[in-house]
Amino acid sequence: MSGNVVDQVFIRIKEWLLSWLTGAPNWAVPIASSLINIAALLGVFLSLFALMSVLERKILGRMQNRYGPNRVGPFGLFQPIADGIKMLIKEDVVPARADKIVHFLAPILIAATAILALGVIPYGRNMTPFSIDGGILFFFAVGSTTELAVFMAGWGSNNKFSMLGAMRAIAQMISYELPLIITVLPVIMVVSSLTPDAIVAAQDGYVFGFVPRWFVLTPWGAAAFILFFVSGLVESNRTPFDVPEGESEIVAGHMTEYSGFKYATFFMAEYIGMFAISGLAVTLFLGGWQAPLPFLEFVPSYLWFFAKLSALLFVYIWIRGTLPRTRIDQIMNFAWKFMLPMAFTCVIAAAVWHYAGHGLPGWFASFGVIALVYFALSTLLDTRKKFAPRTYRFAE
Amino acid sequence: MNSVAFIVIAILTLAAALAAASLPKLIHAALNFAVTFVGVAAFFFLLGAEFVGLVQVFVYIGAVAVLIVFTILLTRRDVDKDRGFNWSGVVVAVAVFGGLVWAILGTPSLPVVAPEIPALPVKRIGEVLMTSYVWPLQCVGLLLTAALIGALILVMEDREEVKKVK
Repeated sequence: MSGNVVDQVFIRIKEWLLSWLTGAPNWAVPIASSLINIAALLGVFLSLFALMSVLERKILGRMQNRYGPNRVGPFGLFQPIADGIKMLIKEDVVPARADKIVHFLAPILIAATAILALGVIPYGRNMTPFSIDGGILFFFAVGSTTELAVFMAGWGSNNKFSMLGAMRAIAQMISYELPLIITVLPVIMVVSSLTPDAIVAAQDGYVFGFVPRWFVLTPWGAAAFILFFVSGLVESNRTPFDVPEGESEIVAGHMTEYSGFKYATFFMAEYIGMFAISGLAVTLFLGGWQAPLPFLEFVPSYLWFFAKLSALLFVYIWIRGTLPRTRIDQIMNFAWKFMLPMAFTCVIAAAVWHYAGHGLPGWFASFGVIALVYFALSTLLDTRKKFAPRTYRFAE
Repeated sequence: MNSVAFIVIAILTLAAALAAASLPKLIHAALNFAVTFVGVAAFFFLLGAEFVGLVQVFVYIGAVAVLIVFTILLTRRDVDKDRGFNWSGVVVAVAVFGGLVWAILGTPSLPVVAPEIPALPVKRIGEVLMTSYVWPLQCVGLLLTAALIGALILVMEDREEVKKVK
């Protein structure tokens, strides 16, 4: 491949760095290798977080017909630096009746779990920071720890708003973890591996020479991708599912009693979690670092990954700028009555596709299964009031 | 390197377990219990049983720890109260410890060098679960479903009573 040198440039740099350690004892090399991976991960994703925080405000500003941040640096791009300094020098207020240790540990735990989840995603060809056999399982195992951290934040603050917010957050996270994980199942079934690298490798190649074999282009993959994305919105507490926070009802939810840098840590964990779940969506359904068209393969693989990630992140911002919030009972009803049955349907549709031989008949059969269940569910769950044509009694 | 990791993890796990047993506040005890689960998971990783370790984290921290914490929160009005020393707990602990020691002393000791076990890929575990162990798996699933429905029936409000109150 022509772009091989550029494609593998980061691997080369790492090898060059490790070559400095040739005389070192045996145990030092794996540790140094891990440390380089961790430093790269943190560097890339913390800068992405800074960039995202300013871009989100800029894009939201554009959608709402205003300027957004434009005072600090060119186009307001240095805004995150100013925000960071502001957060650092703010007073750290801890409530007198708070459980000090739990209150202190919650933001650390939540940020640590969010960053850990980033470790198993393949960012490019040979660019998985920590390639383990059950990578997908690791992602969800680490993600499930977030609930405990949210609980610690809510309980440790010793505040009604915090506790109620934490309850809401945990309720919706547990409810949506089920569809989130079950929508991953069809991919694992078809690839028959839990390793992210194998999943990306399975989406290699093109049908008819130009249609990529990404799972999102199969009917079950498209349905699973949409369900996964919606569940991801809930898991990262994003609009329209941002009920754990609400100025008019429960202040800032489990983050009410946090100020200064601890609040910034929560904020960062939320964004990192968003990157992680979007990264997993790219890996599972959008072909990971694979190029969308054969003649575009000269572009380095990591650029494709981050292009797809940015596209998903833009949709996150777009949804935030467009949709109103939902109520907590609506979220719950939606999870258990629609998302969960649809997620199971994806599994069945994937099995149909798989056993029909991955071809066109399987494509249509799989589409049929999903369409059937979708329409059945929509009719069964239709609880809208039937409105009669409006009559005006007094204003003729 | 493995022995250093083993000692560090063992100390952390035991300290967390001790804290879970002795801390006066129930929530602190529950959170320390979660740390103990992490320690056990770390042991599984150390032994090369990646899958079991991940499931340990997944089930015990993601589900069981959250369940314990919520049970404490929803069933007690005074979560923070120091409940004093419970002597019956000591009896149970001593009985369990004695039973374990008796069982361990009763088993013939293993050969010192462990036989070479090939790494078990996750795929193989799934295949075995779906073929030779499919009946036990289904029974466990049925049992869990029954427990779930039972819990629902326990907390379900009686329609008649609700109407009377209103």
